[in-house]
Amino acid sequence: MWRSKHGILALTMALVAGVALAQSPKYRVGRTPTDEDTRALGVMVAPDGTGLPAGSGTAIEGKAVFTTRCASCHGAKGEGGDGPPLVGGKGTLATATPKRTVGSYWPYATTVWDYVNRAMPFNQPGTLSHDEVYAVAAYVLFLNDIVEEKQVLNARSLPLIKMPNRDGFVSDPRPDVPVRRPQ
Amino acid sequence: MKRRRMLQLGAALGGGLLARKDASARELGRPLGPYGQRSPFEKGVRWTRESKTPEAGSSFTPLAESHGILTPSSLHYERHHAGIPNIDPARHRLVIQGMVERPLLLTVDDIKRLPSISRILLMECGGNSGSEWAKTTGPTVQRSHGLASCSEWTGVSMRVLLEEVGVRPGASWMIAEGADAGRMQRSIPLAKAMDDMILAYGQNGEALRPEQGYPLRLLVPGWEGATHVKWLQRIVLADQPYQSRDETSKYTDLMPDGKARQFTFPMEAKSVITYPSGGQTVPGPGLYELTGLAWSGRGRVERVDVTTDGGKNWQEARLQEPRMRLAFVRFRLAWQWDGRETTIASRCTDETGYVQPSRESLISVRGTNSGFHYNGIKLWKVAANGSVTNVEV
Repeated sequence: MWRSKHGILALTMALVAGVALAQSPKYRVGRTPTDEDTRALGVMVAPDGTGLPAGSGTAIEGKAVFTTRCASCHGAKGEGGDGPPLVGGKGTLATATPKRTVGSYWPYATTVWDYVNRAMPFNQPGTLSHDEVYAVAAYVLFLNDIVEEKQVLNARSLPLIKMPNRDGFVSDPRPDVPVRRPQ
Repeated sequence: MKRRRMLQLGAALGGGLLARKDASARELGRPLGPYGQRSPFEKGVRWTRESKTPEAGSSFTPLAESHGILTPSSLHYERHHAGIPNIDPARHRLVIQGMVERPLLLTVDDIKRLPSISRILLMECGGNSGSEWAKTTGPTVQRSHGLASCSEWTGVSMRVLLEEVGVRPGASWMIAEGADAGRMQRSIPLAKAMDDMILAYGQNGEALRPEQGYPLRLLVPGWEGATHVKWLQRIVLADQPYQSRDETSKYTDLMPDGKARQFTFPMEAKSVITYPSGGQTVPGPGLYELTGLAWSGRGRVERVDVTTDGGKNWQEARLQEPRMRLAFVRFRLAWQWDGRETTIASRCTDETGYVQPSRESLISVRGTNSGFHYNGIKLWKVAANGSVTNVEV
C-alpha cells in the first residue's frame, strides 16, 4: 500500500515533469547566474521578509545616521524639506488635505528597509551598510511612534511590525464611474 | 485675354534670356550628415518643472506640435526616479530568477537572438493629467496631457522568455527591477507578462534612447507607465507582490473615504483636442481642422465624439486608420469657427463600450486626492479673440 502510494507520487511527478518538459528551453541562450551575479544585483525584499539580509539596528543608532545622511533633505525629525516629510499625517487620509507619510500611509515596514537600501540617500544610493539601513528604518518608524527607541530591528522583527495603514488599501474596482453613452 | 498673356510671356522669354536672372544667387545647402536633425524652425520641446533634483521628475511631450500618432523618440515623455544611467550594452545583464525552473542570465546579444516582435503602443504615466484633479489645470495640452506618448517598440515577447526559464507552479507575480541609481522596482501580475508584455530594445527603428531605458526595458501594453521598468536588470518570479515604494506610497489612488486603491494598472479611455488647445490662438473666423489624440489602455478606440458648442451637440470625428489596440488614435474634424466664444471638448469610447467620463463624474466617485489615473473629458475655451485656455469645471 505504502509502495503503491509512492508509485502514484512517482507518476504524478512524471506528469509534472512532462509539463515542465513542455516548457523546456527552446533557444538555450544565456547561462545560469552564479551566486555572485545575484549578490551583485543587491537585495530585494518581500513583505514577508524574504530577502532581508543579516544585520540589525535601533532608532538610537539610526538617529546618528539619519542626522548625517538624511536630515539635510528630510529634516532633523523627518518633517520634510527638499525631500518629502516622513512623519505625521495620522488621521488625514480621509480629509481634504491628506498627508501621506511612512507613518500615515505606507502599508509595510519592509518597504521602508527596501526603499532606503535601494534608493537612499537620493544622491548617494547604495552607500549605507545593512546595519545602517536597519537603524535608519528603526528611527523613521520610531519618529512615527511605531517602534520603541531601543527596539532592535532585524530580518526577523521587521516583517512582524504592523503599520498603522496596513489595511488601508483596496484592489482595483474600475470601471467605477457612471457615464452617459453618446447619443 | 489669354492670348495677350501668352504674348507677354513670349516677350519675356525672348528678350530676357541673356540679360535677366533671379534677384539673388542661391547658396548650396548643408551637405549630407550622419544623424539627422529637425529644422531649426521647429521649436517643440519637452517641458519640465524647475527642480532642485532634476534627476527625479518628469518631462512632458509637446502634443500640440505632434502629427499623426507617433511620438519622436527625442520627444517621448520621461519619468525618472534617480537619473538616466549611462549603460554599456556589452556589460549589461538581465537575470531572471525566483520561482523558475532554470534561472537565467542573459546578455543583450543573447536577447537579440530570440524571435522579435514590433508593436506600436501608447505609454501613459499613471500621473498624467494629475493636475486636473485639483482646481488648477495645466495651461497647455503639453502640461495637462503630455505624460503620454506613442512609439513602435521592438523586442522579445515576455512569454518566450518565461517559457525559456520555466515558470514554477504557484508563481503569480513578476518583480521587475531597473539598473538606475534608485533600482526602480515594480510588481506585475504574471498573467499580464504571459499575455502581451514585451522586453524591448528598439524604439521607432533604432535602439532605445538612454532616457527610455537603453539597452532594455519592459513594455506593459496599456498599463501605467511606471510598470514599464527601464534599464531592466532583474526579473524575479514570486507568489506575492513585493510592495515596493512605487506601488504603495506612490501610484496608489487615495479615495475620499481614506482607503487607497492599489495595483490600478490599466489606463482608461481618454482623449484630448490638441488643436485648438490651451496657449494657442485661432487667427480668426473660418474653417479649421480640429484634431487630437485618443487612446485606451483597455483596448481599441472605437469612436471619438467632439463638441464645439460647449456640450450641446456632439459630432463623430474621423479616426485615423489603422486603429491599433493600445496605441494612439488621431482624430480629425472640420470645424467652422464663427468667431464667437465657445467651449470645445472630445470624448472617447473604446471597444469595451467604456465612455470617457466628465471631470465631475470622475470627482463624484473618486474625489480630488487620488492623484493618479485621471481620464476626464478635457474642455478648452476659445475666446472671441481666438485665444484658447483651459476651462475649470
